[in-house]
Amino acid sequence: MEMNTDTASSPTTTQAKSAAGEYLTFVLGTEEYGLEILKVQEIRGYDAVTQIANTPDFIKGVVNLRGKIVPIVDLRIKFHLGKVEYDEFTVVIILSLGGRVVGIVVDGVSDVMELKEDQIRDVPSLVTSIDTKYIVGLATVESQMLILVDIEQLMSSQEMELLDSIEVH
Amino acid sequence: MTVDMSQFYEVFFDESEELLAEAERLLLEIDIESPGDEDLNAIFRAAHSIKGGAATFGFMDMTEITHVLENLLDKIRKHEMALTAEHVDAFLAAKDVLEMELDGHRNAAPVDENQVAEVKRVLKSLSEASSAVAAPVSAPAPVAAPVVQEKQVQEKQPEAVAQPAADGLTSYRIVLPEVTEKDAGNLQEELGLLGEVTSSKNEQGRHVFVLTTDSTQDDIVSICSFVLDPDDLVITLASAAAAPVEPVPVSEATGEAVVAEAGSTPGVIPKVAIHEEVGYGLFSKDGKNDVEEGYGFFAPFTPHPDAVVAKLIDDNTDVSSIIGAGNPAEASATAPVLAESAEKKAPVRREADKSHASAETSSIRVGIEKVDQLINLVGELVITQAMIEQRISSLDPVAYEPLINSVGQLTRNTRDLQESVMSIRMMPMDFVFSRFPRMVRDLAGKLGKKVEFVTVGAATELDKGLIERIVDPLTHLVRNSVDHGIETPANRKAAGKSETGVLTLSAAHKGGSIVIEVTDDGAGLNRNKLLAKAQKNGLPVSENMTDSEVFALIFAPGFSTAEVVTDVSGRGVGMDVVRRNISAMGGVVDIRSALGFGTTISISLPLTLAILDGMSVSLGSSIYVIPLNLIVETLQPRAEDIKTVTGEGRMVHVRGEYLPIIALHSVFNQHTDITDPTQGVLVLIETEGKKSALFVDRLVGQQQVVIKSLETNYRKVAGVSGATIMGDGCVALILDVAALIQMGQATNYLTGAMPFSSGSTQSTQNSSNA
Repeated sequence: MEMNTDTASSPTTTQAKSAAGEYLTFVLGTEEYGLEILKVQEIRGYDAVTQIANTPDFIKGVVNLRGKIVPIVDLRIKFHLGKVEYDEFTVVIILSLGGRVVGIVVDGVSDVMELKEDQIRDVPSLVTSIDTKYIVGLATVESQMLILVDIEQLMSSQEMELLDSIEVH
Repeated sequence: MTVDMSQFYEVFFDESEELLAEAERLLLEIDIESPGDEDLNAIFRAAHSIKGGAATFGFMDMTEITHVLENLLDKIRKHEMALTAEHVDAFLAAKDVLEMELDGHRNAAPVDENQVAEVKRVLKSLSEASSAVAAPVSAPAPVAAPVVQEKQVQEKQPEAVAQPAADGLTSYRIVLPEVTEKDAGNLQEELGLLGEVTSSKNEQGRHVFVLTTDSTQDDIVSICSFVLDPDDLVITLASAAAAPVEPVPVSEATGEAVVAEAGSTPGVIPKVAIHEEVGYGLFSKDGKNDVEEGYGFFAPFTPHPDAVVAKLIDDNTDVSSIIGAGNPAEASATAPVLAESAEKKAPVRREADKSHASAETSSIRVGIEKVDQLINLVGELVITQAMIEQRISSLDPVAYEPLINSVGQLTRNTRDLQESVMSIRMMPMDFVFSRFPRMVRDLAGKLGKKVEFVTVGAATELDKGLIERIVDPLTHLVRNSVDHGIETPANRKAAGKSETGVLTLSAAHKGGSIVIEVTDDGAGLNRNKLLAKAQKNGLPVSENMTDSEVFALIFAPGFSTAEVVTDVSGRGVGMDVVRRNISAMGGVVDIRSALGFGTTISISLPLTLAILDGMSVSLGSSIYVIPLNLIVETLQPRAEDIKTVTGEGRMVHVRGEYLPIIALHSVFNQHTDITDPTQGVLVLIETEGKKSALFVDRLVGQQQVVIKSLETNYRKVAGVSGATIMGDGCVALILDVAALIQMGQATNYLTGAMPFSSGSTQSTQNSSNA
């Protein structure tokens, strides 16, 4: 099940309006991404996961997070970015999304930064490995581009296969 | 009062529900010919508590019914009239109506006003019929009459003294403690429900009511206790108490303190105004010392019967003689005698009541989510503790001896803690069983059958979650047994059996599971009839099937051997639902039957939903858990036992049976070095009557695991029913055996290439979405 879900994305609307706020930035390959800090529950190292049969390869499996069974998604595999290696430097961001807890594997966590309205730009129409509707906007910070992801929408989307049905929280 | 009462509604609803259930249980148990005073009092108490609560919360419809009910009950318990079967029916009907009204308030469910009016009318007419007749003319059976009358002769005496007024009305003088005008007004209104009230003020500025009523002093106390502390209340018979009496708090529990004081200083008359008996009914006969806790929010406190018998008699003797005019002195003389005779009459019943009494003495209401959270936390603790233990095992036992000892201690404590916490969720089967006597009674009446209902092991404990889910299947089985199992009296007589059939509901622990059995001594299942019916329905059957296989046919959808479809059962829907429900709980149903002798349907369930007895097996680098109750056996097959069909579909030959082999690694597309069944282990699993051999690498061990949901944060995974956390903190998946058997039928063992249903739907969903 390879990620050939490329779509000619619909004309991007002015979602950037509500995008101002604090973001946790993380690195995937050479790109820098940001997600809303309030969605982050904790950041931890990568532990051994329990594989789940017949799932796409980007779903690594489940881990025991203090008694909760939490699925772990490797965004590097999902986004086809970076080298997929698991060592002591691999970072898992545990997200709390509308009552559900999900972990994402990234190459590294860089910073928490406050973004203002005027720093955020709309995303042009692109063909990418994820639907650009999950990208809230692009920000420029010190000449580096930051891709702001609506992580909640993305994680509850059908293509992440984390939910039984389309449930938008 | 401006307090928002709605916050207490839920407590009242729960409380009333319990009281109604208790009342029903007592009503069904009651021996009409010689009703136990304790039982009558308990029923009265229940009605009264509901009335009090309903009045407080403004549920006037419930208050009205309970009021009429209470009046009638009061007459019966005072032996002004004898209990008849008619009464019991009316009480049961009233209970139903109350339940309906309760439901109406709670869930806004519709209330059938006609039914309410009808019940009210019946209760009223019963109550009036009796008051017109002084002597108990309506004694139900001639056998009962002498007993009842004899009792009444004994009781009339004290009553006559206590209530000199010819019409049974007594005037009480009630001195209130300092209360606001508003409260006093409310109280006067409330008391107005009991009889005529006049209000005045005494020299200390306290409110004084004079109430003329046919109710007892305790009724007054319980009504007042909604507004003020009953200890501060002074109630005296109006004729006797001319001078105001200072209130003296009386120990509510037993009155022991007061009595002791009285005993040590004879001659000094303590100013005791009210004496609240905590009681238990032996003394109700003097019409005064009724058991009235009356707050309505809490389960009535009932001390251990034996422990208090002697004390109560003493209390009564002393107090009543001290109070003098307030209570009849004669009561003290008759009371012990009465107590004795009552005791002799129902020693067996006493024994049974004891368990109920002790069960209701001390309990608290806690939200189930709190308990679940506690259980979760303790589960975590156990896992953490296991991790510590594992780490410790690598340490040098000599150098770290104190640490190792401490951890050992911790281990024991954690296990104990876990056990106690798990037991919180456990509830006695009585919660389920108690609803059946009524149902069986009604059903038997409707069908014209005579059924004696027996329960065994009602104290057996089961997880609350399971208790709630077992009710429906069990109801169905009991209905079936009454309808189809037990024959009509005529048929039973013809078969040489007693006219009354016996239906037994039993529960018992067996190993790690609980076995619930519904047994009737009815006609039994007719093997040939079942086979013929199955053939007619086109089910694959043969003469060679074993009895249990044939009996299991009744679980097939649409299968009913009943000649007549009644509104009770016989449509053939239901038994399949019963089996499905029970297997959903991880249980199994088994039927044993002998033609002409009866049928036993036995359900065996795991003790709790949260914990599973599992066998952990390994596959490659993963560990999976298989529910132990679904494992028939495990074996390592010999090469000659492995058979194939068209060189592909593999089977194993076990004791004359050919079972399909389901290779877990191919179903789960997981890499393992062991692909030859003779190198690995076959776990024979059975569910819903289907057997298969699950091929895994190794058996790891047997252990109890705490079931965690995978769906909380993830989603349903085909072939997996849940997850658990192993001792090392890793997650292991629990296999869904039923789904695996199904998946095994759609997956090619060798290649694993055949798509199984869930995989294909996943990919179609995907592409359609993208």
